[in-house]
Amino acid sequence: MAKIGVFICHCGENIGAKIDCTKLVSAMNDHPGVSVSVEYKYFCSDPGQENVKKAIREHNLTGVVVAACSPRMHEATFRKACAEAGLNPYLCEIANIREQCSWVHTDQDMATEKAIEITRSLIEKVKLNNELQPIEVPVTKRALVIGGGIAGIQAALDIANAGQEVVLVEREPSLGGHMAQLSETFPTLDCSQCIMTPRMVEAAQHPKIRLLTYSEVEQVEGFIGNFKVRIRQKSRYVDMKACTGCGDCIQKCPQKKISDEFDCNLGKRPAIYTPFAQAVPNIPVIDKEHCTFFKNGKCKVCQKVCETDAINFEMQDEFLELEIGAIVVATGFQIQNTAMYGEYGYGKYADVITGLQFERLASASGPTAGKIKRPSDGVEPETIVFIQCAGSRDPSKGVKYCSKICCMYTAKHAMLYAHKVHGGKAHVFYMDIRAAGKGYDEFTRRAIEEDEASYLRGRVSKVWKENGKLMVRGVDTLLGKPVEIAADMVVLATAITPQPDAKEFAKVVGIGCDEYGFYNEAHLKLRPVETATAGIFLAGACQSPKDIPDSVSQASACASKVIGLFSRDQLEREPVIAVNNESTCSGCWGCALACPYNAIEKKDILSRSGELIKRVAFINPGLCQGCGTCVTFCRSNSIDLAGFTEKQIFAEVMGL
Amino acid sequence: MSEPFEPKIVAFVCTYCTYAGADLAGTSRLKYPPNIRMVRLPCTGRISPMFILKALQKGADGVLVSGCHPGDCHFTHGNYHARRRWTVFRALLNFTGIPLERIRFSWISAAEGVKFAELISSLTEDIRKLGPFDQYKAMIHETETPVSL
Repeated sequence: MAKIGVFICHCGENIGAKIDCTKLVSAMNDHPGVSVSVEYKYFCSDPGQENVKKAIREHNLTGVVVAACSPRMHEATFRKACAEAGLNPYLCEIANIREQCSWVHTDQDMATEKAIEITRSLIEKVKLNNELQPIEVPVTKRALVIGGGIAGIQAALDIANAGQEVVLVEREPSLGGHMAQLSETFPTLDCSQCIMTPRMVEAAQHPKIRLLTYSEVEQVEGFIGNFKVRIRQKSRYVDMKACTGCGDCIQKCPQKKISDEFDCNLGKRPAIYTPFAQAVPNIPVIDKEHCTFFKNGKCKVCQKVCETDAINFEMQDEFLELEIGAIVVATGFQIQNTAMYGEYGYGKYADVITGLQFERLASASGPTAGKIKRPSDGVEPETIVFIQCAGSRDPSKGVKYCSKICCMYTAKHAMLYAHKVHGGKAHVFYMDIRAAGKGYDEFTRRAIEEDEASYLRGRVSKVWKENGKLMVRGVDTLLGKPVEIAADMVVLATAITPQPDAKEFAKVVGIGCDEYGFYNEAHLKLRPVETATAGIFLAGACQSPKDIPDSVSQASACASKVIGLFSRDQLEREPVIAVNNESTCSGCWGCALACPYNAIEKKDILSRSGELIKRVAFINPGLCQGCGTCVTFCRSNSIDLAGFTEKQIFAEVMGL
Repeated sequence: MSEPFEPKIVAFVCTYCTYAGADLAGTSRLKYPPNIRMVRLPCTGRISPMFILKALQKGADGVLVSGCHPGDCHFTHGNYHARRRWTVFRALLNFTGIPLERIRFSWISAAEGVKFAELISSLTEDIRKLGPFDQYKAMIHETETPVSL
């Protein structure tokens, strides 16, 4: 037999002045199953909560309804009070008679009538509430960081420095990501390599970080605190333990004409190579596709010159299965291929290059050793045109969004050009200058005022070749006149896009992405580093275009989330989750289609002799977030949501 | 005519958007008619068409289903499932003879207190004009066995 206690709060005047609480109390006292119904000025106060606790003990209550403010306000308060009085906290419900009744209605009688109905319906619900226990999930204290760019390195270092184990996975042969390709960085113009390489070395040497370069995450299973991750270590054909990084093999490799991806195809590299001189780890890989031995079966020059016998052509890919507690996804970005802008001539004219290619030209470790030379003939360009938004903010051909960093790096390029080529002239076509950030606007002003870049507000319509010059036709919208510039080189500020395989990888990890492939955060403003999947976090440009300071901040934020998660041995979760009745489940998997969290697993029901009787749905309590979509999908009514069961809701409706 | 007809409207809402929007209407001290009764659920994806029928059976004159805007669902896409289910259920409603005007589907975010108050006011007026929903009550009288829970 139900023994429900109903506690009606006046909230001072807030409820008391609009609702006839005495009438509400007597109505509830007459309701079947109610043992005690009392009113009080402030139930949320300490003496108010004491009253509730006393009533629970005295009347041996089986359920509590507090008619007061919104459950979003004080549900936790009253549930805690119930628990302290020995009543399961999930046997307490809140009737919202303030935000959704006394504050919004003017007629006292009707408001009182509504309050009676609201409270009554929750009494009917609470009669059917079950005792629930918080779900405890153990935590594996080992983090996986996917991506070894600046965001991944920062997250890994922060987590490792807090004393937790980290596995850092990078698919390229070296750490570094895009930041390693940059020449200097805005707004301070410090050399990217100089600030990046110490971090790379620190990450590689950290006793808590296990570094897996040239490796890819192939499978992620499980849930927060308990992921199982499968990683493929691609074969380098170089024994990492034996190799000393002397570089003899790289020197002697007869195949030297391969386009260098790290130099954005502006330079050449051999078939056995490290991406760049400061690579971490400083151990080469053999490019199987271009290696003469793998193509023709003859050569092995590298093996002959290697003094430590590190070269092994028989090497196979290896697989690792790791137990992981939390995952930081920091897979970075790519730049958009600008070939679809036929009018800019990218791909047609060698001297029309991308911003990232310009970085390599300006970089001291680049193909021209930091001298600005145009790719076609190696001549120093006297006039250079930068075209901003070559892809960004262009819904028709490019992408709709702003790539965020192009205004800044174009200003930097104009500056670097002015510093390196004295007497050279830089023109910048822009739509708007977006220089929001510490020291950013001052930086663009410096490019214009001190380094004399000429900024033209307008778009470029065409680039063509005439008398050995690249003719750029555009418009200066501030003057309202067409402009034609005879340039030696054109640099396109191309859009930042997700990695080409970002959408497939989202499925591997089990997170969501937007229409472009940028990964979705749980909440754009309030939970920007978490994903909708508990235990998986986002850092850097895989979430949206970002500059270095933003990527680093987000990476540190991820690290703090991971460290917070690892500060406990057990996770406690709200027990509001879906539960399946295996005896009636028909195994139709409608629920699996509906579940946004991949929480539905297949479970075999076996007979005593071990034969398969049927296969049913099992809802993983660690993954289920309790939305209840599967409940409504379930054709055999086998699934129900704890705390919001069908019976409870029907009872609530019938109580109205 | 004595008193004007006061309809009863049952609302099934998700706790993250519309329930919070209704709370915001309260904290902003907006005013709307007291004919609405809210049933709080974790997500619109949890709302079964059976709830709507149950509410009508119990004597509701109108039903509101409301949740997060498309793309804003706390549970990533429960509201899309709700919308899909609603489109199918609409067709069935027409068949059963329950007028579609009695049931309203809307998106109200946690920031849209004003929209919530306006919706409830207009919905109450619309249902008031339709008058009491008694077709179902007549049907119950003939066919329904007592409800056991």
